[in-house]
Amino acid sequence: MQRFAYANPATLKEASGLLGNSWDDAQILAGGTDLLSLMKEGLTAPKLLVNIKNIKELTAIAPEKGGLRIGAAVTLDELAENALVRRQFPALVQAALGITSPQIRNMGTMGGDLCQRPRCWYFRQGHGLLAMRDGKSLIPAGENQYHAILGNSGPAYFVSASSFGPALVALDASMRVVSPSGTRDVPAAQFFVTPKDEASRETVLQPNEILTAIHIPAAAAHSATYEIRQREAIDWPLAAASVVLKSGAPVIVLGHVAPIPWPAPEAGKFLAGKPLNEETATEAAKLALQGAAPLSQNGYKVQLARVSVKRALLAAAKGA
Amino acid sequence: MPDYSWPAMEKRKVMGTRVARVDGGQKASGRAKYASDWHRKDLLFAALLSSPHAHARLVSMDLSGAKNMKGVAAVRAIAKPGDEIQWQGAEIAAVAAETEEIARDAVRQIKVEWEVLPHVVSEKDLAAAGTRVKAAGEQVTGDPDQAFKDADATVEGFYGIPVITHCCLEPHGQVVEWPGESINYWPSTQNVSGLATDLGTALKFPPDKIKVHQDHVGGGFGSKFAADRWGVDCANLSKEAGGKPVHYFLERNVELMIAGNRPSAFAKIKVAAKKDGTITAWQSESWSTGGIGGGGSPPLPYVFENIPNQRKKHSAVSINTGGVRAWRAPNHPQASFLTCSALEDLAAKLNMDPTDLFLKNVDLTARAETYKVQIAKAKELIEWQKHWHPRSQLTAGPVKRGLGMSIMTWGGGGHTSECRTSIFPDGSVVVDIGTQDLGTGTRTILNMVVAETLGLPLSAIKVNIGDNALPKSGPSGGSTTVGGVTSSSRKASVNALAKLFDVAAPALGTTADQLEAVDQHIQVKGNPAKNLTWQAACSKLGVNRISETGFNDQRKPEGLNSSGVGGIQMADVSVDTETGKVRMNRFVAVQDVGLVVNPKLAESQVHGACIMGICAALFEERVMDKQTGHVLNPDMEFYKLAGIGDIGEIIAHMDIRPENDKRGVIGLGEPPAVGVVAAIANATANAIGVRVPEVPLTPRRVLEALGGRNA
Repeated sequence: MQRFAYANPATLKEASGLLGNSWDDAQILAGGTDLLSLMKEGLTAPKLLVNIKNIKELTAIAPEKGGLRIGAAVTLDELAENALVRRQFPALVQAALGITSPQIRNMGTMGGDLCQRPRCWYFRQGHGLLAMRDGKSLIPAGENQYHAILGNSGPAYFVSASSFGPALVALDASMRVVSPSGTRDVPAAQFFVTPKDEASRETVLQPNEILTAIHIPAAAAHSATYEIRQREAIDWPLAAASVVLKSGAPVIVLGHVAPIPWPAPEAGKFLAGKPLNEETATEAAKLALQGAAPLSQNGYKVQLARVSVKRALLAAAKGA
Repeated sequence: MPDYSWPAMEKRKVMGTRVARVDGGQKASGRAKYASDWHRKDLLFAALLSSPHAHARLVSMDLSGAKNMKGVAAVRAIAKPGDEIQWQGAEIAAVAAETEEIARDAVRQIKVEWEVLPHVVSEKDLAAAGTRVKAAGEQVTGDPDQAFKDADATVEGFYGIPVITHCCLEPHGQVVEWPGESINYWPSTQNVSGLATDLGTALKFPPDKIKVHQDHVGGGFGSKFAADRWGVDCANLSKEAGGKPVHYFLERNVELMIAGNRPSAFAKIKVAAKKDGTITAWQSESWSTGGIGGGGSPPLPYVFENIPNQRKKHSAVSINTGGVRAWRAPNHPQASFLTCSALEDLAAKLNMDPTDLFLKNVDLTARAETYKVQIAKAKELIEWQKHWHPRSQLTAGPVKRGLGMSIMTWGGGGHTSECRTSIFPDGSVVVDIGTQDLGTGTRTILNMVVAETLGLPLSAIKVNIGDNALPKSGPSGGSTTVGGVTSSSRKASVNALAKLFDVAAPALGTTADQLEAVDQHIQVKGNPAKNLTWQAACSKLGVNRISETGFNDQRKPEGLNSSGVGGIQMADVSVDTETGKVRMNRFVAVQDVGLVVNPKLAESQVHGACIMGICAALFEERVMDKQTGHVLNPDMEFYKLAGIGDIGEIIAHMDIRPENDKRGVIGLGEPPAVGVVAAIANATANAIGVRVPEVPLTPRRVLEALGGRNA
C-alpha cells in the first residue's frame, strides 16, 4: 500500500473541497471493504483518503415524498434492519442479506456497494480493468466463467458487482451527486456505465464528486431480489434479478450478468396483464435472456439468470 | 522389563474420555501465541519480490533502489542473472526494513529485466501438454483384454479432480534472529525437532546452535516440514541486519502460489463386471500434475487392489506452477475419488445399490471384515434404506436428493519419539517432548496419557512441547504423531513411576513391584488401604527429582501403536437442478483408528477432515490463466472455501471396538480426509441421475452435466 494522507471532515462541503480532479489525488473512504483491498493490491493509490462516515447527513434513512432517502454512508446492516426499508422495499433487504458476511454488512455502505470496482479476477490480479494485452482482451479466450453474458460485445466483459444496482434501477431510484460546482440527480439506470477504455470507470461519478444519497420514489407495489450464489458463506452472485411489480408491466432488472445492471423490458411487457405463475414467469425469464451471448465458459449463467428472474418474479408475487 | 502396555479398556480413567483441548481457551480467546506474534525488540519486517512470470529467465536485477531507501536494513537477491524461473510467485529478492510498509515500498524499487519464456500451466488436455508429459510404463495384471471381452457389463468414464492448495490460515513463515553465535528461530512448522538440522544444513551453521520454538501452528496439512527458502532468507536477512530479528511471512497470494499444493488427477477408467456385480477387470489411463516436477501417482484401483485383471498407465505432466507438497494422505483422496466414482457408475449401470456392489467385492480389499461392519454402520447412520434410490428413479421436484459412498485406507504407525517425564519432590510432574500440536490436540493427548499412567488429574501435569531443546520427536506427517508420542510418553511415565515406587516401597513395607498409582495415591496392589498420597510419596524424594525417558522406535511399536486403518464415508446431498447448486445435508464418516485416546478430539479431527473434503468437493480449485500463466484466484475470495452454512451436519462415528482397541493407538490426521470428495460426487450423481465428471461440483459443472436439460 502506498502512503496516503487521511482526512476526516464533518461536513459535506468540507469533504467536497478535499477531492481532486484525478482518482490519484483523493478517493472517498466509507466502509473501506473494497477500497482498502484495492490499495493493498496496488490497484489504486490515492494520495488522500476522505472519510465520509462522520458526515451526519450521509448516514440517515428518512421518508421522502412517500418514498425513501437513503444516505450513501448507511451501512448494509442498518439498511437491512430499517423498518421503513423492510416494509416498502423487500428487494433491497434481500439484496443486503445476500451479502452473507456480517462483518461486511457492518462495515460496508450503500454507496460503497454502488461504487465498488468489478470483481473480475483479471482486474483484481493486475491485468487492468479491461484486461487488455497486445490490444485485445484476455477474457474471451481466458477464464470467463464468471463474466458477462449480456452487454459483452467488448471491450468490457466484467459484471457489475453491485448488489443494489438492479433493485435501484427497477425501483426507478436516483442518485444524488455533489461536487464543488453543484448538485445533480442521476437516474439509477444512467448511473452505471460500460467503460470503453482502460481509464474509464463503471459509474458516471467523477473524481471530484460524492454520491451522497439514493432517492427512491414511493413503491408502487411489491418487489423482490433473487440471487444465485454458490456458497452460503460470502460469495459473489453468479446471477441475480430484481423485480418490481407495478400496476402495468413488472420491471425486471438482471444483476451480475453484464457490466451494468441489465433491464429486461421485453420480459416485463410480456407479463403485462397476465397472471404471475410458474408458467408465465418461466416464459418471461426466457424472454429476459433472449439476447444473451455467452462466452466460452459461461453458458451456464444464462440458465442461472433465467432462474433468478423466475424466482424473483414468484417471490414478488408471493409478497403481493 | 516394565509393563508398558495400555491399561485394559474398561480400567482406563482418563484415556477414552471426552476431554476438551487443554489449550482451547487460549486459542478461542486469542491468547495463543503463533510465530508471527513474536514481536521482539527491534523487529524488522521482510517483504518478498516474487516472479510475475510463469516461466522466464532473469536477465538482470538492480537492488540499489531498495538498498538506498531509509529504513531498509537488509536486501537479498534470491535469484541471480541467468536463472530460469519456473512459476509465478517464485522468490526473486527479499528486503527487511523497519516497517512492513517500508519493506514493501523497497520491493517496488527493485528493477528486474526478464526474458519471458513460453509456459504451460494446464494439464487437463493431455494431448495439448506435448513434451511436458512423462508417461510411466504400462502395468498389466492377469488378462484384462479377455476379461473385458467376457464381461456382462462394462462401464467407461472420465473423471477429474483439480490442483488444490493447502491454504493454511496461518501462512508459511517465521521470525528469525541471528546475532552471531546462535540463531533463534520461531517457525510455523510441523517439524519442531527436525527443523534446526534443515536450516543449519542450508546455512552451513551448527544445528545445535539453532534454537527452535513454536507454541502453536495455524495449519500445515503436510506443507510445513522444511525450513524452506523463506526460512533461510529470513536468517540471512537477520544476519545482514546485524542480528536484528526479522519477521517474514508469505502474503496470501504468494502462499497460494508457492507454499504447496495437492496434485490434480484425471483418468479415463473402464471397469468390467459380471451380472452379479463381481468386478473382473480394471483399466485406467491417468495423468496428473504437481507443478514443474510432475505429479503424484494415485494408487489405482484404490482399496479394491486385488481386481484380478488390470491394465494401468499413468503420466505426470510438468507445468509452470508452484510445487506439490504432501497434502493430508498424499494421492489417496484422488485415488478414492477416481475409483469410487467408477464403481458407483458401474453399480448404476448394473442397477445395483453401490453398497451391495462394494460388499460383493469386499474380498478384493485388504480389510474385508472392517469394511463390512463399517458399511452397515454408515448405512444406519445416514438412513440409507430410507433415502437411497436407484439412479434411474430420481426424487420429485427440481431439488433432487441423493446418497453416495466412498471407501478409504491409510497407514499410520508411530514416528520416532523421545519423551522425558520428571517427578519433583513437591509432587509436580513435568513432561518434556519436542513434538508439535497442529491443532489436533497433541498437548491434550500427552496430558491424558501421563495422567492415566500416574493416576493423577490432568491439572497435576505440565506438558512442554514445541522446542528443540526438549527430547526429540518426529515430524507430524503420515498420521504418525499420536502413535509416537503416546508410546514415548507412556514409557517415560511408567519408567518415572517405577522410580517413585522404589522410593515409596520401604515406607509401605513392601517392594516396588507390589505398588500401583491410583487416584493420587501410591498403594499396595490388593490392599489399597495401605497407601501414601502422591504428595507424601513424592516428598520422600528429598531434594532429588525423578527424570526418566521413554522412547518409541517406529519399527518396534511393542503393542502401543500400529498402522493400517479402513473407513467408510457416506454423503447425503440435495441438488437444485435449476441452479446446479449442491447442498450438503449430512455427511457420515465411520472410521477405524485403533485405540481412541480421546473420542472428542478424534471426532473433532474427523469433522475438520470432512470440512476440508467438503471444500474440495464443492469449491476448491486453483484456476490458471493459460495466456498469462498466472493464478487467477490466489485469494480467499475466488479460491473458495466452505463457510459454516455450507457444511451441513457431520456425523463422526469412531469405530471403537475391543478388536480395534487392542491394536493400540493409530493416527487420524489423514484417514477421514480421504473419501469425502468421492462420497459427495457419488451422492450428486445419485441425486441428479448423471455423473458430473469433474470436481469441484460447481453450478457450472452440474448444469453442464445435466446437458442443458433445464435450459
